[in-house]
Amino acid sequence: MNRPEAPELVLEAGRASRHYWADLWRYRELLGFLAWRDVKVRYKQTALGVAWAILQPVVTTGIFSFIFGVLAGMGKGDRTYPLMVMAGVLPWQLFANGLSGASGSLVSNTNLISKVYFPRLIVPVSALAVAVIDFLIVLGIFVIAGLAFGHLPGWRWVFLPLFMGEALLLSLGAGLWLTALTVKYRDFRFIVPFLLQVGVFLSPIGFRTDILPNWRDLLALNPLTGVIEGFRWCLLGNEGTFYWPSFATSLLVGAIVLAGGLWYFRRTERSFADII
Amino acid sequence: MSQPVISVENLGKRYYIGHQARHDTLRDRLAHGARGLVRRWRNPGDLPAIEEFWALRDVSFQVNQGDVVGIIGRNGAGKSTLLKILSRITEPTVGRAVIRGRVASLLEVGTGFHPELTGRENIFLNGAILGMSRAEIQRKFDEIVAFAEVERFLDTPVKHYSSGMYVRLAFAVAAHLEPEILIVDEVLAVGDAEFQKRCLGKMRSVARQEGRTVLVVSHNLNQIATLAGKGLLLHQGRTVAAGDITGVIQSYFGSRTSACAEWSVPEKPAATPHLSRIRLQTSEPGNVQAYGRALTLEFELHHQEPVKDACFSFQILNSSAQPAVHLWLYSADRPFATGPGPTRLRCEIPFVRLNVGHYTLRLFFSGPPGSAFFEMTEPDLAFEVVRLDQPTLFGWRSEVCAYFETAAWQVDPAR
Repeated sequence: MNRPEAPELVLEAGRASRHYWADLWRYRELLGFLAWRDVKVRYKQTALGVAWAILQPVVTTGIFSFIFGVLAGMGKGDRTYPLMVMAGVLPWQLFANGLSGASGSLVSNTNLISKVYFPRLIVPVSALAVAVIDFLIVLGIFVIAGLAFGHLPGWRWVFLPLFMGEALLLSLGAGLWLTALTVKYRDFRFIVPFLLQVGVFLSPIGFRTDILPNWRDLLALNPLTGVIEGFRWCLLGNEGTFYWPSFATSLLVGAIVLAGGLWYFRRTERSFADII
Repeated sequence: MSQPVISVENLGKRYYIGHQARHDTLRDRLAHGARGLVRRWRNPGDLPAIEEFWALRDVSFQVNQGDVVGIIGRNGAGKSTLLKILSRITEPTVGRAVIRGRVASLLEVGTGFHPELTGRENIFLNGAILGMSRAEIQRKFDEIVAFAEVERFLDTPVKHYSSGMYVRLAFAVAAHLEPEILIVDEVLAVGDAEFQKRCLGKMRSVARQEGRTVLVVSHNLNQIATLAGKGLLLHQGRTVAAGDITGVIQSYFGSRTSACAEWSVPEKPAATPHLSRIRLQTSEPGNVQAYGRALTLEFELHHQEPVKDACFSFQILNSSAQPAVHLWLYSADRPFATGPGPTRLRCEIPFVRLNVGHYTLRLFFSGPPGSAFFEMTEPDLAFEVVRLDQPTLFGWRSEVCAYFETAAWQVDPAR
């Protein structure tokens, strides 16, 4: 046989990290396949398929527009208030779906983890795909709604991927922590819905931050505030100026959570198959 | 290649078993921690009960390119742990293993199959999970489909497949992997017989013709004996024997505790004549009988008075409860049980021709037709027939026939 000399693989305690990032690259196709599986299954299993992805954000937008815009009177005289709310719902949904997907990913792929080797990081990352697809669908709805309100996409749209990335990094960072912790302690599963329930009220989804100058800095402590403001800046264009403090906080918190998540995930990864 | 493709040195894997239940939730963990603190404060020196358990200990061996190694051992011997370490699913606690070559491991048939996805989609998904590239799967797609015989159902979700189809498809994907080292755990125990045969054939050709290395775990010793050339016997996490497969299989039988099998009747009224004891002397220890060797059965008949024209017979039943052999002793031909009991009978079968497989006994004890019938019993006693003498191209399989004849073949010279 004249195969090239195979690489030598050494297996011993604490050695798994050596080829990790190279392996992650080698397994990139698997990442794609797992993402494709999740997306495919999501739209296959439900009778209404895509309708679900649309229904939830549209209803949320409606309710928030009513509560904040009408009941609280924040949208007085503003015909496009729902559009503003929807620009907040978009990143929130991206984050929330990404987080719940990633944090449940390891446990729901138990059969793979206990039977096949691959860099485990692939699992939570691929789980984000569903959130992205759902997001893109709703983004389409947003464009249509925008046109209906006479609002054309502007040049700021080119920055949208940046804020999308920010939302995804936040959800991946938190998701890595939660999914690794869930392997060991199953009650972390219950933390996610709770976090999201609290988060939806702590984030400026139904209202604008620039009309609350006294509260703006406090709100900026929530890393999602920066993302949501960024989205509004991109999508609505004409509203307000870019608020740097919230953007910086969001980026900083995102980086810290992600770095910590990666560290904890990598540290516990080698024992996943033993305890899952 | 002079270097071994796998070399394992002093490999060990430790697990901790808590004596309380596992703490799956944080609440349990906190509660347990708190209880532990209280206990330690009350009686210091009382450490929480956590026990070490070495699933694998000091295992060393080498595998050369092209070797087919059968790993055998009883349940809990560490076979699966060893395969998991070599497949990189889990890390060893101590020791090291060096692997030279691309490894594919098949610890389960159809890992990652999703019931909602179609056959076609699952081929791609499963192939990717097993480490194939998309291009590789595309290239082999038709071959995989043909091997699995699922052409008509390619676009049906696999949740609608019969279990046979499901397994065929799953194995077909795995069989088309092209690793340098293939690790297989007990997967051939599934599927219909015809398909199993094809899988075995495929694996054999992988190993012999393509020079690949195969590590296989199976409880089916006939399968192992046919497939593997080398063997590794594990017992409680340690290597007990390694080397030529025949020798390893023999030491596996030797490691079983009981040398011969006995059955004796649980309490029974002493008045009526009955069978009180059976002793099975197989050619190999542990109720294993090699084809072509002698098998001896001893029976003890309990009776207080002479039995008039006693008839005793037994059948050897195969695993589907079909009688394969019937042997008898009638007092009319050769008087027995003519005095007060017990009577001991000994039956030797000098050359066992039974096909491989598991067998049980059914015994009859009676008077002549139309008179007393004492007993028909199927004791809790079984033995296994194996062929250690020679391999066969298609593998020894219990369902191909009931027994073997000795025969002489002649080939007329070709024109």
